[in-house]
Amino acid sequence: MNRYLIPLGVFLVLVVFLGIGLGLNPREVPSPLIGKPAPAFKLAELHESGKVLGKEDMLGKVWLLNVWASWCVSCREEHPVLVEFSKRNVVPIYGLNYKDQRAEALAWLKQFGDPYTASIVDGDGRVGIDYGVYGVPETFVIDKAGVIRYKQIGPVTPEALKDKILPLVQQLQQS
Amino acid sequence: MRSPGAMLWLLALLCLSGAAGAQTAQPTTDDPVANKRAVSLAEELRCLVCQNQTIADSHAELAVDLRRQIREQIAQGRSDSQIIDYMVDRYGDFVLYRPPLKGTTLFLWFGPPALLLLGLAFLFYYLKSRRQRVDEQQLSASEQKEARALLGGDSEGERK
Repeated sequence: MNRYLIPLGVFLVLVVFLGIGLGLNPREVPSPLIGKPAPAFKLAELHESGKVLGKEDMLGKVWLLNVWASWCVSCREEHPVLVEFSKRNVVPIYGLNYKDQRAEALAWLKQFGDPYTASIVDGDGRVGIDYGVYGVPETFVIDKAGVIRYKQIGPVTPEALKDKILPLVQQLQQS
Repeated sequence: MRSPGAMLWLLALLCLSGAAGAQTAQPTTDDPVANKRAVSLAEELRCLVCQNQTIADSHAELAVDLRRQIREQIAQGRSDSQIIDYMVDRYGDFVLYRPPLKGTTLFLWFGPPALLLLGLAFLFYYLKSRRQRVDEQQLSASEQKEARALLGGDSEGERK
């Protein structure tokens, strides 16, 4: 009896490991930046290129940084969710326009709506690299002290907004 | 196409095409030492967009940007380990094709050799117990007689 139980046990352990492996998403690489101060930047605004925005300007409030581009297909899918959310005025959303053309970005916002308090322009993607961006869209939740608390890789879905981002934002705003 | 000459030509062309594919990480600086460093660093780093390619191999835009970062930082006089740290700070250990040895990676590093040793130990004990079982089988007097009869009636039962 024993000689059948041992291979069966080994097989079951293997099945459990493979089952867990199936449920993982290899696209989602945990960011080492969570719990660390958001990298500094000084970037021109999309709408008023003369105006420069920095990380220090956001100190004292909770804010979202949404990395987007007009060439990004998933951003289109995510955009209505952000537009709807911005109308509730819960938290300011700042856009990081990543490796895009100014004219195309402006036209895109005009067509699909502009949920952003302001968008800043990262033309050559250097600030994106500092934030460890590897798949647009990505969204960061940054607290009052300028520390990154959460990173959403891929589109913000209504579920992610309701279950993760919104509760975290409210908790951070109260602290 | 059947002649050996044609086959050789085909082989040479195939080799050449492989070499052409390997040129993707070619940096633009003229300094051969810096070039070599940039390429070897890029070959150590994973492209997060395509995941199973190095930054040197990948044509993804992010890989192009990161190759540019490597070249710029070499030009600024930063060391290889500083550049690797720069990447790990932003993208985590996942960018490294050779993961560091630390608490969370102990199983990754020592799991396979441990499993091999376990397997060898199992094999050793299994073979040992089997030999014991074979050795323990003694023939009774009547069985010895029967065996001798089958082997040709020779009285020397234990001929080597």
